[in-house]
Amino acid sequence: MKVKAAKEPLVRIAKRTDISTGLSYGIRAASVVLALLACGIVVMLLTSGKISFLEVYTEMLEGAFGTARRVKITVRDTCALLCLAVALAPAFKMRFWNIGAEGQALVGALASCIVVKLMPDMNGALLILIMFIASVAAGALWGIIPGFFKAAIKANETLFTLMMNYVAIQLVKFFAVLWEKQKGAGVMSTLTTGKLPQLFGVDYGWSIVIILVVTVLSYIYMKYSKQGYEIAVVGESENTARYIGINVKKVIIRTMAISGALCGLAGFLLVSGTHHLVKSDIVGGNGFTAIIVAWLAHLNPLIMMLTSFFVSFLDIGTAKIASTCNLNDFASDVVVGIALFIILASEFFINYKVIFTKSGKKAKEGK
Amino acid sequence: MDFAYILSRAVAQGLPLLYGSNGEILNEKSGNLNLGIPGIMISGGVAGIVGALIYENSVAEPNGVVGLIVSLLCSVVCSLVLSLIYCFLTVTLRANQNVTGLAITIFGSGLGNFYGGAISTILGISNNSIPATAAAYKAPLVPFYDKLGAIGTIFFSHGFMFYLALIIAFVSWFVLKKTRTGLSLRAVGENPATADAAGISVTKYKYVATCLGGIIAGLGGLYYAVDYSNGLWDTQSFGDRGWLAVALVIFVVWKPNLAVLGAFLFGGLYIAEIFVPGLTSATKELFKMLPYLVTIVILISTSLMKKKENQPPESLGLPYFREER
Repeated sequence: MKVKAAKEPLVRIAKRTDISTGLSYGIRAASVVLALLACGIVVMLLTSGKISFLEVYTEMLEGAFGTARRVKITVRDTCALLCLAVALAPAFKMRFWNIGAEGQALVGALASCIVVKLMPDMNGALLILIMFIASVAAGALWGIIPGFFKAAIKANETLFTLMMNYVAIQLVKFFAVLWEKQKGAGVMSTLTTGKLPQLFGVDYGWSIVIILVVTVLSYIYMKYSKQGYEIAVVGESENTARYIGINVKKVIIRTMAISGALCGLAGFLLVSGTHHLVKSDIVGGNGFTAIIVAWLAHLNPLIMMLTSFFVSFLDIGTAKIASTCNLNDFASDVVVGIALFIILASEFFINYKVIFTKSGKKAKEGK
Repeated sequence: MDFAYILSRAVAQGLPLLYGSNGEILNEKSGNLNLGIPGIMISGGVAGIVGALIYENSVAEPNGVVGLIVSLLCSVVCSLVLSLIYCFLTVTLRANQNVTGLAITIFGSGLGNFYGGAISTILGISNNSIPATAAAYKAPLVPFYDKLGAIGTIFFSHGFMFYLALIIAFVSWFVLKKTRTGLSLRAVGENPATADAAGISVTKYKYVATCLGGIIAGLGGLYYAVDYSNGLWDTQSFGDRGWLAVALVIFVVWKPNLAVLGAFLFGGLYIAEIFVPGLTSATKELFKMLPYLVTIVILISTSLMKKKENQPPESLGLPYFREER
């Protein structure tokens, strides 16, 4: 019997089991540089060459750090994104695809506003405390619902949390119209009470501090606590978790409560520290961007500080260029998208290695 | 109010959702949970406008049919490119599907709205309407539809993309359910390792299904852009239609034939607030929550019933790597 020799493919892909830290960081650094270069080219194309390649970067730096105020805004936006990314990390570590950060943060923001509206005469620290509790509880509830159905009947969590976003958005729109300052405007007037005190000369000073503290705490929780370990085991293999006596359902629901609660906290900070009102685009798609930010940081909260800064920097920098060139803000999304594609692609070279097989020769492999 | 007219509006509202969900079904049947569909729909739609606009401004007497073909091609190419990026990242480079899909949506909606929002400024032309092309899209294929009474108004007052959507839905259903190719595709989505062992090229099936699905979804954006909105793009108005299309996939339990009914039902729900009496502007917003709430209920009940044919494809969202056990 004649056996036709199989054609040997030119490239072969194998999973990397051990990659040196140096190489993996090298690949990442290279991908960031590549992403920045690509962004420069894309911006030049979008602006039809109105600014030169080098000007792209000077303009971006100018937009993000040009004045003291811009630096503060950059830090603010970075932290807003960071808070949601940190919130998502425990859920993702458990391989629970929480796509619902947008909605969880929105109901958090809404809860804060409801508290203020219900208690018009109250002010000061007590009001802030009640707002905080309400927001965290609302966010947690929005997380627990899909968590419960995942644990109880294995309802697909990606699709469930996705739908919950739009339930939250419509809920917020409902209240925004209910409280609208002018008939037909659909926008509520700014709250006068329930504001965080100023710090560093800005309203959102405390937000930044709180988010940084939460980031560090969440790192410790995930890395050193027993619950963090349980999350990691459930994520790796539910069967293993069950075998070593972890109550998987409890862990899923608890982790989603934490994830949702942190998103709710982000909503609270948006209302009390930044916007002082709630509207359907207050989270501004950050709930979705945070998913990517968290993923690119390999779910490490400390590294998320870098990734969320990177995304915010591109966003703000491109917005600056767009405004100088009289273009619309959507240029930012294009640039961020391109950068994400490149960095996502680079992950492949960290997880896999590509082996070129010499055609004609048999690959010699001693197993 | 004229009941037949309301229903015809529901059908028109449902068409982008039908295209979008049909595309997403093909994606998901191959195991790719493509969350990039909303972005592909937006950029696919705007690409059609850009193509038609360039054509109509480059000739003195624009021909509607030529404009139609140009915009159709532009839309298809744009959706194809985005789908290829998605496939390359998730199938070839095995990046996470949720993350890649969301990146595609950020990029696609950004690209679409960037050009769609300031189209005449960017192209440097004063005229930003495409009357000839839009008219060609809107021309009813059955010219005597108004003589057919209510049925005519509801079903035959639409342009050719209405029929195209039905044909695509029927073909998708037929291929998925009745052909060898469809069986193989479903096998890839359910259990790629088994399909691979049976000699089915997992990569090829995933690429083809995802790209075709992306193109179909892009047509939904195209219909919305050039037919429904007459070729005038407003960055706000497309709204959540893309995600609604993803929701619809669950609602119709991954069946393209049911998607036809589901799309028109969702289309009706989308505009029902205009026609239901006694709603204030606030409660209207609650009413718009309905499609999502209904989808959640369906998601819960299909998980509860555990009927095999109503479940999401088994490997949905997971990358496939042959050497992994």
